[in-house]
Amino acid sequence: MQIQVLLFGITRDIIGENKLSLTISSGITVKKLKQQLELQYAELNKYNYSVAINEAYAENDTEINNSDTVALIPPVSGG
Amino acid sequence: MTENSSVKITTSRLNLQECYDFVEDTSCGGIALFVGTVRNQTQDKEVTLLDFSSYEAMALKEMQKIADKALNDFDILKIAIHHAEGKLTIGAIPVIIAVSAPHRKAAFEACQFAIDTLKETVPIWKKEHFVDGEVWVNATP
Repeated sequence: MQIQVLLFGITRDIIGENKLSLTISSGITVKKLKQQLELQYAELNKYNYSVAINEAYAENDTEINNSDTVALIPPVSGG
Repeated sequence: MTENSSVKITTSRLNLQECYDFVEDTSCGGIALFVGTVRNQTQDKEVTLLDFSSYEAMALKEMQKIADKALNDFDILKIAIHHAEGKLTIGAIPVIIAVSAPHRKAAFEACQFAIDTLKETVPIWKKEHFVDGEVWVNATP
């Protein structure tokens, strides 16, 4: 299936886009998604980024489904 | 937004009076305010400006979670959490937390909890601009 991954902060600079279209297997875990991304964008591996699904922090074993909104969340620095 | 909380992300200038007016209440014995300001240097390097960006939809949800938890865990009446977005110059205000409570201890504690948690969980990022370059804060390999 095809998903959109929203990018923010340094992940936007690394990938060079605001969002990324990605083909993944349905039900893939967050951990697998990160591995797949890091194969293509090795630089990501250097940063301790989180993944959000539907605007909430997801765990490594959370599964990603078709209609989910996925985002990469690099270390935050608000305030 | 619940009746007792106000969370906001804006590209406009933050308004201290608006936060104060939101939390003010006749049953309160005090109001604690935290105002973040852009300082002119980081580790001896001169900063020219900070550029804030957010994942707004999620950031608002995380800010609301903080407001809800503060209202639940501390004996406070109202809380406002406002954050600015975009380019801010030295002395500008990126964040305001206002908390009203019957007694000062809870107001101080809830205010500290809110700013500390915001810095850990809310998806907002700042890029520091220097005379000779720029860097995403906290994103060091």
